[in-house]
Order: sequence, then C-alpha cells, then structure tokens
Amino acid sequence: MNRVESIEKEQMRMDIPRFGVGDTVKVHVKIKEGEKERIQVFEGTVIRRTGGLTRSAFTVRKISYGVGVERIFPLHSPVVEKIDIVTKGKVRRARLYYLRQRKGKAARIKEQRNF
Amino acid sequence: MATGLIGKKLGMTQVFDESGNHIPVTVVEAGPCTVVDVRTPERNGYAAVALGFGRKDLKKVNKPKRGLFEKIGSSAFGVIKEFRISREGIGEFTPGQELTAEVFSIGQLVDVVGLSKGKGFAGVIKRWGFHGGRETHGSRFHRAPGSIGMCADPSRTFKGRKLPGHKGNSGVTVKDLTIVDIKQDKNIILIRGAVPGGKNGIVFIKGIS
Repeated sequence: MNRVESIEKEQMRMDIPRFGVGDTVKVHVKIKEGEKERIQVFEGTVIRRTGGLTRSAFTVRKISYGVGVERIFPLHSPVVEKIDIVTKGKVRRARLYYLRQRKGKAARIKEQRNF
Repeated sequence: MATGLIGKKLGMTQVFDESGNHIPVTVVEAGPCTVVDVRTPERNGYAAVALGFGRKDLKKVNKPKRGLFEKIGSSAFGVIKEFRISREGIGEFTPGQELTAEVFSIGQLVDVVGLSKGKGFAGVIKRWGFHGGRETHGSRFHRAPGSIGMCADPSRTFKGRKLPGHKGNSGVTVKDLTIVDIKQDKNIILIRGAVPGGKNGIVFIKGIS
C-alpha cells in the first residue's frame, strides 16, 4: 500500500496554508469560460474537512443573497488557485452542520484570540 | 518495441488532470522483465518474446525451465509469459535483455489481462445479472433462477443455460485502457480505470501499437 500512497503524495500540494473548521477563508477558484480563464473568490466558513491524502476536501458555507450556499473543494485540486485565511474561528466540534439551522446573528462563530 | 510487460497490481487511487478533473487510476508495478527466450518464425513458427518477472528460488524450478534460466545466466522467475511481436522487430530482442516501463509511452492504449477475484459458488443474480423477484408483498420468488426450459418437447435443458455456479477466478481481459503516467525510477505505471484481480495480483499489460 505504501507505493500507492507515495503516488498520492506526489500529487499533494504543499503550498496550502493550515486552516481548520470554523475558520473564514477566501478560496480563489480558477474558472474557464471558453478560452479565457479567470479567478473567482468564494468566501465563507469552513464547516467540514475530510482527510485522505489527495482525496482530502473541505466544505465552505456562505450566505449569498439570503440563501445558504455550500461548496466542496478538493484540497489538492489544481482548480484551487490559493486559499486565504480571513479569521480563525473558535469552535468545539469537527463538523459545523448546526450552522444550517441558524440564521443571522445566531450563525456567527466566535473568533479565536491569541494573547 | 516490446508489445507488453508483466506487472503486479498495487492498488487504485486517483490523480488530477490539468483542468482539475479526478482520473481513477490503477497503480501497477510493471517490470523490470527479463527476456527469457525469443521465439522465432524459423524455429517456432511465430514471433514472440518470453518475458520473466518476479524472483524465485532456482532450486524450486523444474529442470526444463532451469535450463532456460541457466542459459541466460539469471535467477529463476516466478512468472513467464509470451508476448507476440512483429516478425520484423525480432532482431531487437536478445535473451537476457531487461525491459522496463519505458517500453510504454504516456497516452498509449493497452490491454490488461489478469485473474479476476474469486467469488465462489454464486447464484444467478450475482453471476448473470438476473433481476430476481420482489422480496416482500407476498412474493415467494426471490433469487431463484426460474424456469430453465420448456416441457415434453424438447424435454431437456438447452446447453449454455445460465445457472448458478462458480464465479470469478478466471482470466479477464480489459481492452483499450490509457496509460496516464509512467514513474520510470519506481517501475510504476498508472493505468486509467480498473484492471482485473486483487492487490498483488499478476497482470499482463499488452501495448496496442
């Protein structure tokens, strides 16, 4: 199995910053429109991270015009141009699915503060 | 070049292409294989190379094969397989020559032959894809094969009737798979899609020119 893992490790991107569940991130996504390629930014809260070498992914949730939108990004995909961390969140669980039932002020996440 | 290699299936994973799509790939350790013998049209009536793969104790090999290995001065091989080549290309191979994954190129189409996973004695649903009956609502017909023929005429079951029996553990060929990547230093090739057999199973990779 190790040799399969070594193939996967070659695919992994090492330029991705450390971020966790509860953080607010800006994901810069490459979008191809015909011939042209442009970058779109998707900003929201990370509500889930899944593991597994190249297969690892994360879900970002945001509210767009009053509608909740969630996008799942493969962490090591070449489509993800870069990931900026806006704020670090302070959360106590690994999956923030409870945010789906909440709106407005209740859906906020406490910011992690390091003194 | 050679028309194929003997390999070992290591498992499956996925890789990204340039546009970010996932491509399912099988990781295969392909070679290095040694040319054990060259079959020539003059001597054998056809053109082929016999390749050897995987080490084996020379003492555990029967005498006809041992003579073959001693002739090329190598240790014994666990697997020997012939690959047909063109009559013109026969001069490129000499016994003792080593072939590595570089006989293939990225994007090349290959056929892969392997021994499928054994499934034991299987019913008609698993073995032949019969639909079966419903499980509930008073149905008394679940996974049985159903009728296997007519009545007094012909008063026998026709040959080739699909019935329960042993499934798997048989040679399977998957055709036209693409080589996605070649790791020359590790003797590893990535083949798009699935190939027959379980992990550590021996597969024969035949290149299509």
